[in-house]
Amino acid sequence: MGEQAAFIILSIITLASAVVVVNSNNVVRAALALVPTFLGVTGLYIMLQAEFVAGIQVLIYAGAITVLILFVIMLTEGGTGLRIRQRNEQAPLGLLTAAALAAILISVLTRTEWPKSTATLPQYTASAIGNTFLTNSVLAFEVSSLVLLISLMGAIIIARREK
Amino acid sequence: MEVNWPIEIARAVGLAVTVFTFLAVVAAMLGVLLERKIGGWIQSRLGPKHVGRQGLLQTVADTIKLLQKEHITPQAADAVIFNSAPLIVAVAGLLDWIVIPFGVVHIGGTAIPLVVRDLNIGVLFFAAMASLTVVGILAGGFASNNKYSLLGGLRSASQMISYELPLATALIAVAMQAGTLSTVGIVKAQDGWFGSFAFSQFPAFVIFLIAATAEVNRVPFDLPEAESELVAGYFSEYTGMRFALFQLGEYAEMFAMAALATTLFLGGWKGPVLPGLVWFLIKMYAVVFFLMWTRWTFPRLRLDQLLNLSWKVLLPAGLIWILLTGFAITFLAK
Repeated sequence: MGEQAAFIILSIITLASAVVVVNSNNVVRAALALVPTFLGVTGLYIMLQAEFVAGIQVLIYAGAITVLILFVIMLTEGGTGLRIRQRNEQAPLGLLTAAALAAILISVLTRTEWPKSTATLPQYTASAIGNTFLTNSVLAFEVSSLVLLISLMGAIIIARREK
Repeated sequence: MEVNWPIEIARAVGLAVTVFTFLAVVAAMLGVLLERKIGGWIQSRLGPKHVGRQGLLQTVADTIKLLQKEHITPQAADAVIFNSAPLIVAVAGLLDWIVIPFGVVHIGGTAIPLVVRDLNIGVLFFAAMASLTVVGILAGGFASNNKYSLLGGLRSASQMISYELPLATALIAVAMQAGTLSTVGIVKAQDGWFGSFAFSQFPAFVIFLIAATAEVNRVPFDLPEAESELVAGYFSEYTGMRFALFQLGEYAEMFAMAALATTLFLGGWKGPVLPGLVWFLIKMYAVVFFLMWTRWTFPRLRLDQLLNLSWKVLLPAGLIWILLTGFAITFLAK
């Protein structure tokens, strides 16, 4: 009962602010609306008892990514006062596509039989995640580290070229 | 997991009211008074003196004044964002306090920590909430539609993003030694005066204090506000209660940083004779005093010095310290 109410509230927050993100004609407002979207998703993670992922979600997405986006918009010339039309005359067509996709997804999701794990959740998810990173998923972990390192170096090179 | 929702919600509301009242009184009102008194003392002035005995009621008077003031939204401002920005800052400042353990009470032999919720991601939660403040500051700076406010907001964003990383390295080093992210667990991992992490994690302590000062935008890192060049930066356009909310958020954040320093490095509520809560407050106010002391003695840094300090000094130092801590844990502890 309470769980369902929480889920509905969180979904409404997430979806309503997501609509603002894609619909607002002010870029800064769109970027700011990302914050409640991310926080709503964080709430869903918490309901799934994935506290660690929830914490990271707030720290990285709501706290850092949004700020970075805002920062870039505000530094762009004319970006702040600009009114951008995010919708064009194809809006009804888009709505139709979205509705069709939603219908397919809902019908698939409700018909699939989801496997239910009987395993209990580890007391302390943070260290369990750390252990998985360095044992079973070490390759994926290292590859993503490498990708991040390379993009970091790329960013530095691009920034340095100005001289 | 069975949860009794009405009781949980009532508990959440009750605790939110308690923490808010505690912060509004202890952090914001007493904090401002302390700030002015200590500032006066350091600069050989008297500080507030006239309202109440020795000026003790000065901030109460100021609060009443702010409550009565007219709320003005500038015509060219983005009203929705303008009015919600102070709320983001205040709420983020309050949320920090959820994981701070104030002490322990012994009920029937079991020790129950005085904490709103002992999350097992406590330290991570704190860092996440602290990082939300900058969204409010940036939003306020932008929505004011004032060039000084926008500059203040942008400075604040670059500063807080830069200093979040050294802060996180300090937190990681402590969590590594304690073997847990829970704040209660970290306090329990520290034993006695010399067992507190202020000694074994001394470099992390220094990094944390510097980064925390920068995170809460205080001198010598107060570039986002910089009265003399930006006329108070991101909150120039705010009046009355919304200005007060910004101040409340800022002081709540500063006291939260002091409380976290107490928890992580100074052994939290632990101490001889006196009850835990008293020790916690003594240690917290000691850190707060330190922050005020630096505020009134150091000049403001330039923006490039500020960013260089973070990226070229604190971050490498923090990473090296994490490496050393890792070596120590792997090879020395076993």
